Order: sequence, then C-alpha cells, then structure tokens
Amino acid sequence: MKRLLDKYITKMVRQGLAGEDSIFFLGLDAELESNRPSEAGSTELARVFEMMNINSLLYAEPAEPYRSIICSLTEQGEEKLTPSDCETRTFLHDIPVIEELKASEIFKALSRRKAAIIRGKGIVAHGTVSPEQAFVSFSSACFSAFVKFFTDIMFSLEDCRKKNLPADERTRRSFHDIVSKLPPDGISENPVAPRVPEQEDDVYASIVKTGTALVDNRLVDSYFGNISYVHGNKIYISQTGSSLDELETCIDAVPLDGSSSAGITASSELSAHIGIYRATGKKAIIHGHPKFTVIQSMSCRREGCDLSTCYKTCRIPRFIDGIPVVSGEIGTGPTGLAHTVPEAMAGRNAVIVYGHGIFIAGSDNFSTPFDVMRTVEQKCRKEYFRAMRRLL
Amino acid sequence: MYGYTSKTLRVDLRLKKTEIISTPTGLNKKFMGGRGFGVALLGKRILNEFDSPDMPLIFSSGPLVGTAAPTSGRSSVISRSPLTGTVMDCSVGGKFGTALKKAGFDCIEIVGIADSGVTLTIENGRATVEDAERLTGKNVEEVRKLIGGKGSDAVIGIAGEKGVKFASIVFDGHYLAGRGGLGAVMGAKRIKAIKVKGDGAVPVYDREELQKAREEIMRLLRASQAVFGELGLSEFGTSAFVDLIHSRRMEPTDNFRATFYDFASSYSGYRLKNRYKTKKTGCAGCPVLCKKVGERGEIIPEYETVSHFGALNGNNDVESIIEANRLCNDFGMDTISTASTLSCYAELEGAVPGPDEMLALIKKIAMREKGPGEALAEGSYRYAQLQGRQQLSMSVKGLELPAYDPRGAYGMALAYATSNRGGCHLRAYPISHEILRKPVATDRFSFEGKARIIKIAEDMNAVVDSITACKFVFFAASLEEYAKAVSAVTGMDHDAQSLLKTGERIYVLERHLNSLNGFDINDDDLPERFFAEEGSSSPNIQVKPLDREEFLAARNNYYRARGYGQNGVPDSDLLVSLGLGEYL
Repeated sequence: MKRLLDKYITKMVRQGLAGEDSIFFLGLDAELESNRPSEAGSTELARVFEMMNINSLLYAEPAEPYRSIICSLTEQGEEKLTPSDCETRTFLHDIPVIEELKASEIFKALSRRKAAIIRGKGIVAHGTVSPEQAFVSFSSACFSAFVKFFTDIMFSLEDCRKKNLPADERTRRSFHDIVSKLPPDGISENPVAPRVPEQEDDVYASIVKTGTALVDNRLVDSYFGNISYVHGNKIYISQTGSSLDELETCIDAVPLDGSSSAGITASSELSAHIGIYRATGKKAIIHGHPKFTVIQSMSCRREGCDLSTCYKTCRIPRFIDGIPVVSGEIGTGPTGLAHTVPEAMAGRNAVIVYGHGIFIAGSDNFSTPFDVMRTVEQKCRKEYFRAMRRLL
Repeated sequence: MYGYTSKTLRVDLRLKKTEIISTPTGLNKKFMGGRGFGVALLGKRILNEFDSPDMPLIFSSGPLVGTAAPTSGRSSVISRSPLTGTVMDCSVGGKFGTALKKAGFDCIEIVGIADSGVTLTIENGRATVEDAERLTGKNVEEVRKLIGGKGSDAVIGIAGEKGVKFASIVFDGHYLAGRGGLGAVMGAKRIKAIKVKGDGAVPVYDREELQKAREEIMRLLRASQAVFGELGLSEFGTSAFVDLIHSRRMEPTDNFRATFYDFASSYSGYRLKNRYKTKKTGCAGCPVLCKKVGERGEIIPEYETVSHFGALNGNNDVESIIEANRLCNDFGMDTISTASTLSCYAELEGAVPGPDEMLALIKKIAMREKGPGEALAEGSYRYAQLQGRQQLSMSVKGLELPAYDPRGAYGMALAYATSNRGGCHLRAYPISHEILRKPVATDRFSFEGKARIIKIAEDMNAVVDSITACKFVFFAASLEEYAKAVSAVTGMDHDAQSLLKTGERIYVLERHLNSLNGFDINDDDLPERFFAEEGSSSPNIQVKPLDREEFLAARNNYYRARGYGQNGVPDSDLLVSLGLGEYL
C-alpha cells in the first residue's frame, strides 16, 4: 500500500497539483499507512477510516492556481460546486464544500461524493479500490474548478456588460490574482517526432511516447485522454482508465472487423476513434482535455437555447479557429460523441467537443496532431484573455 | 411504505396453506431487501438440513424492483445449499421479482414438504397451492407449456426432483438461480413451479429524484466500453469475455491443468453473434439487454458456460456447447458445476469425453442414472472424495470454480477462498478491477491491498443483491448513484456508506450462520493445484503458481479487515456492533 501511496504522491507533485509537503495520503489494507504518520492531519484523517468503508484517503492543499481558485469559488458560503464540464457531469456530479478538516464532516461529504472541498483549505478525496481513485478525484476536482472559475467569471462579466453594470471589484481582484498564478503560456519544442510507425513494435512505441508527451505538457487532466493508431487491420488504442504516461502494458490491439472482443478494456472512446478513422482515413488520433480549449468550447450562450442541454443536443454549427465544436456525451449513446465527432471530422483534422476536449487526427504520425493540440490550446487561451480584456 | 409492499407470503406446503403476513418491521432498514431479507429470514434455521420441512426457501425482491431504476428487475432466492451446506443465495434475472412485487409481495417464504408435486400460483395479492402431479417427471420447457399463461414463473426440471446437488431453479425459461443446488431444495419440497402475476404499481417516494438518479446512471452506462461499447456486454452478452480472458491467459482449461485454450475463438462472442444471428433480450427494467437469443430461439450461454463446456472440457464444438446449455436449462442444472464436475470426471478417468458423450453424461447426471450419472450428481467434490482424489475437485467449500483461473488474478484467488457460498466469482467480483480496469485497474498478479478491496466489494455486492440491481452496472456506475435511486424510491436517506454498512451486516450474518454449521478458516482455501502447478505462460505473461505464504498472509489480512477472529469467524462483539445480536 505504501508503494501505491508514494506513486500517486509523486504524480501529484509532477503534475503541479500539490506540493509534497501539503499532501496527506493514507491507505488501509490490514494496517493503516500514511505518508506522514506522526502529524496531526493524519490522526484526524485516520479517524475517517473508522467511519467509512474505504481503503484510501487523500487530503492536500492544492498548488496554485488551484488553491486560489477553490478559495475564490467557495468564499461566498457555497455548499457545493456544480461545474458543468463533461468530467463533473459524468463522474463527480458535484463537489460538496465543508468547513473543517474534521473526520465527521469528511465522512458526511464523502459518503455521497468522490471528492469534497474544505473551504479555504484544500480538497479531500477517497478510494474504495485503490489510492488511484483518490488521486483521480482530486485531480478532476482541480480541473473542474479551474474550468468553472474561468467560465463563470466570463459569463458574469458578460452579464454585467449586457446590463451596463461595472464588474465588481472582488471579481476583478480575484481574476487578476489567479491569472498571475497561471503557468506561463510557452510552447516548447515538439517532443513527438514526425516518424511513421512501420512495424507493430513501432506503433506501440509511438503511442507510449505520445502519451508521455501529452501528460508532460499538461494537455490532459489527471492523465486521461486517449490515443490510437491504425496499423494493418487493427486499431491500437490506450486502455480505459490508463495513465497516458504509463502505457507500456496498457494498449489494446482491436481488430477493425470486430472479430475479437478482447478490446472490451479499450478506451471508452474506441467507437469515436474507429469512426474518425473510417470518416477520414487518418491513422493517428489523439484526444485530450486542454483546459482553455474546454473553457472556450463552453463559451456559447446563444439566446433562445436551453443551456442545460446544449452539451448533448446542440446541432447549431459553431467553430473555434475553424475547428467545429460539437455536442456529445462520452460513449455510444444516442447523444454520444461516437456519433457526433466522426461526422464532424469528415474533411478535417480536428473536432472540439463541448465541455470535454479535442479530438485530432493525423495522416500517419502523431507529431502533427500533437502540434495542433498545443496550438489550439494556445489560441484558445489567447482568445479567452482577449475577450476578458474587452469585458474588464 | 415506499419501495416495499410490506407484505410477505408464507406458504406451508405440508398443510397446503398460504398466509399473508406483514414483512417484519425493521427488516427493510437493516437488510434492505432481496438477499438481505432472505438471509435475515433464514436466520438460525440454517441449522436444519436442506431437505428438512423446517428449512425455508425464500424468494425476495428489493426496493428498486419494479421501479424506473436501471437493472432493477432482479430478485433473490435463499436457502441452505445441498451442495456446500452454506447459506446460499442466488441473484436471478428475468421478470419474477417485478411480477412478485406487482402482485403485492416483498417475499415468499416456503416451508414444509408437500405430499406430492404441487404448484404455487400467486396473482394480485392471492395465492394458492395446487396439486400438480401431472408435472412430475417433466422438464422445464414442457412444464412451462403446461402451466402457460402470462406473468412470470420459476420452475425446476427433473434434476431438481431427483435431488441433483447442483440443480437450479429456472425463471422465465432461461434465467437461472443457478448455483448451489437451490433447485434441489425446491425439489425436496415437491414444489414444481411457482407462477406469479401482478398488475399493481410500486409506490415511489419521489419520481423526479428517481429520474435524476436514472439519468446519472444511464450517462455512466453509456460511457462504459464494457457495457455499451461496441465490444461490450450489450453487443455480445457475457461471451464478450471469452477473447479477453483468453488474451490474459487465465481461462481454465482441462480441469484447470492449463490456462490457455487454443480454440477459444470458436465460441467467442463474435462467433456466437454471427453464427446464431443473435438478438438482444434481457431482464425486466434493464437497458443493457445482455441476454442473447439466436434467430431460431437458441439461448446463447453465458461466458462461464461456454468456457467451461469449451476449454475446461477440451471441447471446441460450439453446437455441443449450445446444446449442453440447453440441456442444463431444461433439466434445471447449474452449468458451471455440471461442466466442472464433468472435467473432474475426465481427469479422474484419464479420458476426455467427446461432445456426444458429454451430452449423454449431462442427461445421466440429471436423471441420476446408476453409474457415473448418480455419482456425478453429487458434485465434483463428493465424487472425487469417494474416489479418494478430492484434490481434483476444483472447488471451494464444494462449489465448483467459475471460468477465471485464480493464478491469473490474485484478488480472485482470495475472493474464491473466502466467499461465504464457496467458489464464486460474484461475491467480490475482482475481475472488475483486475481485468476490466473498473473503477480503476489493480495489479492482477499481486495481493497488495487486495484484502480490504475484497472486503469492501463483498459488502457492496451484498447490498447490490439486496436493493436489487445487476452487478454488471457497477462496471460503470457506483453506489453513489444507486444510493440516490434508493433514497428516491424509499424516502429514506441513504448514501454510499450507509449502503455499504448494510452490505457488511448481510455479509457478516451469512458468515455467522455458516459458522453455526461449523465453517471456519479451514474451509477458506483453494485446491492444491493452484499452489503447485504453473498455468500456461507465454513470453509476455507468466502465470506462476500462487505463493502459499503470500496467499495465507492475504487471507489473514482479510480476516483483520473484516474484524474476524483468527479462525475466520466473527465474534459476538462484531455481531452486536452490526446490530446482529439477535442471531447470537
């Protein structure tokens, strides 16, 4: 258990989610283990295990800008946050807010939800199978809060503008403070070489390398997203719930004729990937959740629309930098992105899904799709701040 | 009361008397429904033999049954197993639970033994026991034709009448209370069929909240590759697992002497779908529809069935696998135990029966024909024990192991050994995380952390069988979403942790009741083969024998996680703390 706790602590630090000194991670098999057993925080968190049927518990004060974001989002006494990105809607539903790092409060919140915010302090999350669940929920809460903060503030300022009201000072201050804590918007060298994989081994190696590059460049939240490559009569795709920086043993080879169901463990976006390949003939597909791409995908508030359903039913054409934005829920359901994305991808190389992220297809290597993802994210970020400057 | 009818039907077969009583007060709060109701009602009567007049046979629905909650059509059957001697519950699909609830009952509790064959007919709050000697000696399909009519039915075939130790009860023609021989309990009571019809409505506390919970669950199901993906259960049924388990080199082959079968693709989900041009069907209230039926009405077997009549018996003749499944359904026998007992027989005899001989043996077992038929009808453990070779029975507590080799998934190994009902994959279902990567992946070749994982999963599945819902949904959704549905239906405030606590209470009570019949640490073990023999390794996947010391350490950790004593049995303090003091 200790090995697993250490693994996810390292990931949190590496991904800029929290500093090592602020993390408390506890795991229970027969014995309770903690990364900081002698500290008071651990003692209180250990009490939660007496109340809950769980095997892991994570508490941390997030790193900036997440810390300031959750403080800002919860400073008005909110009892819960309900971000409207795909991740929250599907998996977290909402994020309750509690007042103190107290076992009884944590028990109450985590009995109903995967993660909770402790007002002004941090985020707590749990797992019943593995510490990985707590890590993923923590990371998803950070992502969702980030998207919610920048989306809400833009909508709030738009509303002020419409009503000819000035933006309130608290909003301005909070925005400028958090923007000052964002990591720089720099594009480093593309780590993905434009090499066409020729043998099956090359395909695996290319997918592994691209996955690591996506995580290192923070183009996916947690480490989720998915990657595929069509070679011969198979599509090679990352497995569901796989860590994109650990894909060595987590790639499924799925026959395109459907003749084997061994790929039942493939990414939940398998159908979308196959659909994209069939619609475009492009072989290298990546999907990630760059934050400002997600934020900009949700920036539409067309009058007369039911804004509560546009994530799944909107069919009105919209584009970001020439890339279509489509509705679509995860998976193959009637409003699933397995239908909307391939259709929109015909004749193009990228499609953005409302509140979710971007799919990009390259002809035969991952270098171009990786570049497109970085470039689109950079443009979305620029466009967001350009719009905000107008509103402020 | 919302979510319940508050009525239980009690039937005394000796007197041919039916009585409607209030479902005991407080049962819903402590045990939820379904499996929980059954285990609580069974209580200390577990000390009776399975064929005693005082041994109850209980059919039970849960609060979600008959509501808009996804996969809520299931019900449970509970009694003492003739095969294992343990508490035995079976979660069963079809529409029986829904019909029972709509007929006005939470549970049926049957005691006594009829003088001759009878049927029980329940319709909209009324019940009658009728002579049905004309049905004796007939199999399921014929019985169903004779009793006809609308509604739902639970029927035993000849195997149940003959007391085959792994006889099953067949619901609506092809949904089985398969494991542990509950068909033989029904047979011992001489009740051939139960027919239920109801038109009532199930009271729901807050339909709007239930609809919201349903939407959350459906969103997760649609996001799941394993459930609704193009390679998932909705497309192929559980035979979707054939290729997966084959690729992981953990398919039990030749009575678990190997873990890889070269011809598995002959009965893969893809092959079955194309060969039989299957259609989707399924249980009441289920959007997944994982049950597959061929264009000529062939019932496509579940994964465990195809794999055990296939790889385990060295048989790649798909027609004979389909026919073996049909025979088991018609005679009313558990396919896992039947196939595993046959493969034990093959190893002992030193000769693998061909497809025709396999089918002939199935009939002999069901009829308890003198010779191998009668011997094998006792199950693999008693059969092998009589030969002085019980180590060749691939079973735990006498219940034959399903089609996941424990050397390929260590959590599965621990879960098989500690399961309350014996060699069962569904008590903790670690295949979910060890193979299907849900909710997250765990290292299948490690015991690290598995003790508590198994404990929590057992609690979860105990309450899932009690609310009731299908375990497959939990490849995608969680108790978080289902707690919302239960609260909306019942009006009681539930959350994931309160449901897990209920599951723990049910699981520990089962364990306690087993201990009253002498079960303890000595019964929580695996066949020696898994510690001594390597599986079918490849250059990339090594399937080593289980390390005995690591296994024992994990088992000890499991007892600690559960709060059991060193003998693997809960003490009175634990029982009292869970509100089970009345069962001491």
